[in-house]
Amino acid sequence: MPLALFAEQVLNGLQFGVMLFLMSAGLTLVFGVMGLINLAHGSLYMIGGFICAAVAAFTGSFLLGLGAALAGAAAAGVLVETLVIRRLYARDHLDQVLATFALILIFSEGTRWVFGSFPLFLDVPDLLSGPVSLPLGIQYPAYRLMIIVVGLLVALGLYLLITRTRLGIRIRAGESDREMIAALGVDIAWLYTIVFALGAALAGLAGALVGAIQSVQIGMGEPVLILAFVVIVIGGIGSVKGALIGAILVGMTDTLGRFLLPQFFATFMENTSATTIGSSLASMLIYILMAGVLIFKPQGLFGGAS
Amino acid sequence: MKALKTLMASAAVLMATQATADVKVGMITTLSGGGAGLGIDVRDGFMLATQMAGRDDLEVVIEDDQRKPDIAVQLADKMIQSEDVDILTGIIWSNLAMAVVPSATAQGKFYLSPNAGPSALAGRGCHENYFNVAWQNDNLHEAAGAYANSAEYANSFILAPNYPAGQDALTGYKRMYEGELAGEIYTQLGQTDYAAEIAQIRASGADSVYFFLPGGMGIAFLKQYAASGVDLPVVGPAFSFDQGILQAVGDAALGVVNTSQWNKDIDNAANAAFVEAFQAEYGRLPSLYASQGYDTANLIISAMNVADVDDQDAFRAALEAADFASVRGDFEFGSNHHPIQDIYVREVIKEGDVYTNRIIGTGLENHADAYAADCSLN
Repeated sequence: MPLALFAEQVLNGLQFGVMLFLMSAGLTLVFGVMGLINLAHGSLYMIGGFICAAVAAFTGSFLLGLGAALAGAAAAGVLVETLVIRRLYARDHLDQVLATFALILIFSEGTRWVFGSFPLFLDVPDLLSGPVSLPLGIQYPAYRLMIIVVGLLVALGLYLLITRTRLGIRIRAGESDREMIAALGVDIAWLYTIVFALGAALAGLAGALVGAIQSVQIGMGEPVLILAFVVIVIGGIGSVKGALIGAILVGMTDTLGRFLLPQFFATFMENTSATTIGSSLASMLIYILMAGVLIFKPQGLFGGAS
Repeated sequence: MKALKTLMASAAVLMATQATADVKVGMITTLSGGGAGLGIDVRDGFMLATQMAGRDDLEVVIEDDQRKPDIAVQLADKMIQSEDVDILTGIIWSNLAMAVVPSATAQGKFYLSPNAGPSALAGRGCHENYFNVAWQNDNLHEAAGAYANSAEYANSFILAPNYPAGQDALTGYKRMYEGELAGEIYTQLGQTDYAAEIAQIRASGADSVYFFLPGGMGIAFLKQYAASGVDLPVVGPAFSFDQGILQAVGDAALGVVNTSQWNKDIDNAANAAFVEAFQAEYGRLPSLYASQGYDTANLIISAMNVADVDDQDAFRAALEAADFASVRGDFEFGSNHHPIQDIYVREVIKEGDVYTNRIIGTGLENHADAYAADCSLN
């Protein structure tokens, strides 16, 4: 197998992982700090994609669209948190799942009402369209490299936010003991709203970035949401570091599995069945990975004991 | 006594003539969720035809299956048992059709498919009350394989999602295609990132790419393919190039060759009237799904003109005759009630600001499906 092809697939895995990280960072923060299962996280991803597509089509600028997607998703997050989610913190997880599932339906049909049933157009900005040449003779799409860079910058930013700022201290405190920090006079309701909006903005950013290379359509968030849950379970619920490692692990496993498994089976079986078996096994691989991690580390790779 | 018998007999005859009343059609289609664009087009095409015919003896009940087989089955039961429909239609997806059609036809209802054409219902599982007005699933892919031969492609890379219709697609392509395969990949259903597959295409040394990725999957693939710098010619079935999807793909689709049994520039009076009326009514260009809905409604109306739906044998014969002006031009049913029709080769172009298709050739003429021989209807 040519080295360039393998290196390109590793880059693809990294890019997929970074994209999953943007999605799961918000999910894991919300779960860690508020103890809330938010199924509607995928809807915020979809909102980011739609706002970016609409604003980019209206103004002709992808960058403005990206900014609008961040702001719009954060605003939607604040709205949802204050109107609905706030009433769910004290309830058990089943009530939260039920209410946030209802939010998925409301957001999907609401989006159809505003934008219609057909997918929207959103393309990568001209500056980043087309491939760039990397060492080893790899041709790699410039836009995907940009996603990797943005994702790693967001990871760095989150790390600094959580370890170096007052807000970060409160978030960490909220994770370990929410009654105590409320007793110490921290406005916990306000903190929750901020954390939720932050998670929503990250999901919106992911939706807008990914919308440009995939498709901006209703229901685009749910498949990603499932993978994001796998990521936070592997990484350990509540841990942003775990989300980063878990996301890259899942991205690599999925991409390289899809690529290598059919070839592996083809070494000793007939081509068509090797493709079928290889693809089927590849689609199970991340769940096998999750099961494996849970056997040895039931709390996930970086999860604290509960 | 004899007089009474005559009276009763004539009353019965009278009642029978009065019973040439309304035809009730139950439409189960996808109107919400991810694949709603397709169902909406089928519905709009169908309703446009009934409106243009001005028939007030045709009643249509429309329900949303949400693309879920269990809901489609519930709706079909409701329509058959409490709404008492005569004809069912509307289903977009093959897995939903497989859940609904066999039991509906077994209960003595007609089913006219405006889209899904799974091979199981074309071959051994065919039924005298089941008609497919669109195509058998393999047809467009077979035409693509035939096109690849005529374009002298000798080393194709082919990919489709790993589910029954995806496997049918690659089987259909390979049935006609005579060259070598540079690679064959089954992707995950619903997958939206194709970087890994595109890298393999680049490394494979192929001279062309054939893909079947309906809906959002195709949008994602085409955009990513255009950005990757791989510039091998791409061929696909119309499902990834219909009017609803093209606007979301944009320039990445320009010039791509795809196969379809219909296009808006097919030159006949019925098609011209359809395209014009559809745009006037809905303010958008019709897709192939809309054309299939439109043809389905016109087929029903043509049968209503000559037969009473309560006389099933006569109505079935009227459907088999397919005596209606199809927007595709010539149209007839084969022995298994699936179309025998031309399949065209189209190319994506831009007209003003709108992306659309134009016909550049014919892939297969008077093409029937490969499963008709297994069907016991004759």
